[in-house]
Amino acid sequence: MSEAKQREPLIHISRRGNLPWWGAWGIRAAAVALAMMVCALLCILVTRTNPLDIFRTMFEASFKTERKFWVMLHSTAILLCVSLAVTPAFRMRFWNVGGEGQALMGCLASAACMILLRDAVPHWLMIVCMVFASITAGAIWGLIPAFFKANWNTNETLFTLMMNYIATQLVAYFCVVWENPKGSGQIGIINQRDPYKGLGWLPVVGGQKYLLNIIIVAVICAAMFFYLYYSKQGFELSVVGESEKTAHYLGIKVKRVIIRTMILSGALCGLTGLLLTGGNDHTLTTTLVGGRGFTAVMVSWLAKFNPLWMILTSFLLVFLQKGAGDISTNFGLNESFSDILTGIILFFIIGSEFFIHYRLHLRHRHLSDKEAVK
Amino acid sequence: MEQRIPAVSIRNITKRFGQTLANDHVSLDIYRGEVLALLGENGSGKTTLMNMLSGIYFPDEGSIAIDGHEVVIDSPRKAIELGIGMIHQHFKLVDLLSAAENIELGLKGKLDIPAASKRIREISEAYGFEIDPAQKVYDMSVSQKQTVEILKVLYRGADILILDEPTAVLTPQETEKLFQVLRNMRNDGKAIVIITHKMNEVLELSDRVAVLRKGEYVGDMATAETSAQDMTNQMVGHAVSLNIERPQPVNPIPRIEVSHLTVRNEAGVIRLDDVSFTARSGEILGIAGIAGSGQKELLEAIAGLQPVESGSIRYLEDDGTPEELIGKDPLEIQKMGVALSFVPEDRLGMGLVGSMDLNENMMLRTYRTGASPVTDRKTPHELAERVVHDLDVVTPNLHTPVRNLSGGNVQKILVGREITSAPKVLLTAYAVRGLDINSSYVIYDLLNQQKKKGVAVIYVGEDLDVLLELADRILVLCAGKVSGEVAGKDAVKDEIGLMMTSVGGGRHE
Repeated sequence: MSEAKQREPLIHISRRGNLPWWGAWGIRAAAVALAMMVCALLCILVTRTNPLDIFRTMFEASFKTERKFWVMLHSTAILLCVSLAVTPAFRMRFWNVGGEGQALMGCLASAACMILLRDAVPHWLMIVCMVFASITAGAIWGLIPAFFKANWNTNETLFTLMMNYIATQLVAYFCVVWENPKGSGQIGIINQRDPYKGLGWLPVVGGQKYLLNIIIVAVICAAMFFYLYYSKQGFELSVVGESEKTAHYLGIKVKRVIIRTMILSGALCGLTGLLLTGGNDHTLTTTLVGGRGFTAVMVSWLAKFNPLWMILTSFLLVFLQKGAGDISTNFGLNESFSDILTGIILFFIIGSEFFIHYRLHLRHRHLSDKEAVK
Repeated sequence: MEQRIPAVSIRNITKRFGQTLANDHVSLDIYRGEVLALLGENGSGKTTLMNMLSGIYFPDEGSIAIDGHEVVIDSPRKAIELGIGMIHQHFKLVDLLSAAENIELGLKGKLDIPAASKRIREISEAYGFEIDPAQKVYDMSVSQKQTVEILKVLYRGADILILDEPTAVLTPQETEKLFQVLRNMRNDGKAIVIITHKMNEVLELSDRVAVLRKGEYVGDMATAETSAQDMTNQMVGHAVSLNIERPQPVNPIPRIEVSHLTVRNEAGVIRLDDVSFTARSGEILGIAGIAGSGQKELLEAIAGLQPVESGSIRYLEDDGTPEELIGKDPLEIQKMGVALSFVPEDRLGMGLVGSMDLNENMMLRTYRTGASPVTDRKTPHELAERVVHDLDVVTPNLHTPVRNLSGGNVQKILVGREITSAPKVLLTAYAVRGLDINSSYVIYDLLNQQKKKGVAVIYVGEDLDVLLELADRILVLCAGKVSGEVAGKDAVKDEIGLMMTSVGGGRHE
């Protein structure tokens, strides 16, 4: 027997049974903690500072001042909004990685209204036009790949990805067309000065610049949760995602569901564009969405496509990114260093999913869940 | 059975999947020159145990010895080195390659097809296989593909063969041929393990029977000293009755009239060729045929899921008013009372969603009812409770994803759901596919209950013995054509077997 034991493989992997939700989140928390430790270690090696300072810097990046706190909340809300937008598509197993482009089209449509209609319509009508235009633009950007997928089964991942580049180029073009001041190649803040001052800017609510956007996203979040879990359409799109054959057998019109869901997904992305251009930045640049369309993929995945958990995961990612950014600046490191730190943290978070689904056995010693994480 | 050294000796093997205990301290011996039948209900751990022998899983506890020497089987390659070869239910062959190329695939050394073909012929002659090494796999029937799979492991030098439900896809004639080959191999001194649910095959072929129940080893016995009833009782753990009743149809009237139906698949190949028949209320119409003879297309055409080239499918109301089904939406056909439960090979692919729980799977049929955009969750919940209660579905609770349930329970849920929609016509295909005896009889019972209620049941089956006992009439399909129709009472198994292959030599999938 003893001889056989020694020749047994060092590690073997087996599938876990259903882990309770707190077990899964415990593993994720452990992964974040571990990632922080690795980050701290790296910082110490590079900068020779006290790791506690590093963690404090990280925390302060989001919580030190009231302003930082609001900025953090707003970033979380915007990221959450894009994530909510791509989630119905994901639940349908339609890998929409085009959130970036769809949101950018929303920005472009909003900016177009603000610039082209400023002599034509009053403020309130301008806002209505912007809402309509941004949602339509995003929806069209979502509809195109869906139409091709539904009719000719094209690969939606590649298609939506490519649509991002088209959107970026379109925005780059219009940045030159609408440049201000002339020759700068940039748009700057739109409608900043009289006689147009504040035209097409979303109103400020409760004296707090970011509050309106946050409230809008909160409402969308609740509505999306309800749509996905309690509506007939939400149920249909999950069936299509899980098994197209079954959907077909039940008489669900698969094509129609794909197109409908992607219009919704694109429309919400477009709305995010409105919140950015109309609500916060009041400008148009090619980097306005700032990669959130891709980060949203992770927010959605980590939360298992549940809108309520996504509040937590989007906060987590924003918190980590802001923290990593401040660590780089405060300790005199360049921007790549913050990318490295974010990368380490994401690596651990994504890697922890493995330990949620599988457990490792080391040579006949059955490890408890917590040990297995290490 | 005195002092023989077992070819394989399994001792105290335990395997867990999460909280499920698939094998619980199982000990089993396999001898050379013997066919061992491994019996057990669905989910009793037969396949898991054999997968550990062939290196796919690794046991949590216990040991395995080959010819008295303890071994560690940590990969399928290692299993092959030790002479263990497993033939799985689903074939793993490359369609575009020939038999010889498939067999050579993955082996080390120079590729020498002529030499390989020669050896394949030698092995084939030794055991009585019929095979052309140059034939492409896409040209082969299911049984020929199976032959390639068996040759593949023999070619690699296996002398311990494990076959997982090898007869599920074969005609009676093909089964008989396979058994003859297996007997030849046994006489040659190979150890053979066969997993099957069919009692008559166990009695016909095996020398010894080993029974697993809920992951535990119950015992083994010489086949000659046991009976089907005895084995079933051991498997289930209590006495069960092994008779299928066939109540006399009450007042049958024509319900579905299919005439001159022709269907082509997407590639333009004819799948149904001028098929005509009538299904009557209060009657079970059995459909026999080799897998891929057009059964699926037939049921799907009736359910409105399959485009039809020509012909008609008419639904007859109680007063005889005909209504054409072709051109109707699947939903409209459902509403007229035509329910389809097709159990595909993976069991879940059509009709159920694996990751959803029992309630939601019930909801798949009912969620559209009502004008509100919000789903009604109460009705499906009650439905799920009823199905679980009426059909004895074994599940931890109603919130368990159905893919975590054993095959039998999954099928009960599917068939149960279709039945609760109170259909006028029940189309069911492979309802007992891969099910153990006990669950199968529950399903037969359900079908008979529907028949007594006046439902027209169309039953596509793969087990001819059951079709002969259950169906009032049997329609035989061969290569998309109707090759015969016989009354269930008078049908003879061999005749039907011949009809299954008679028209045009049979076109296979």
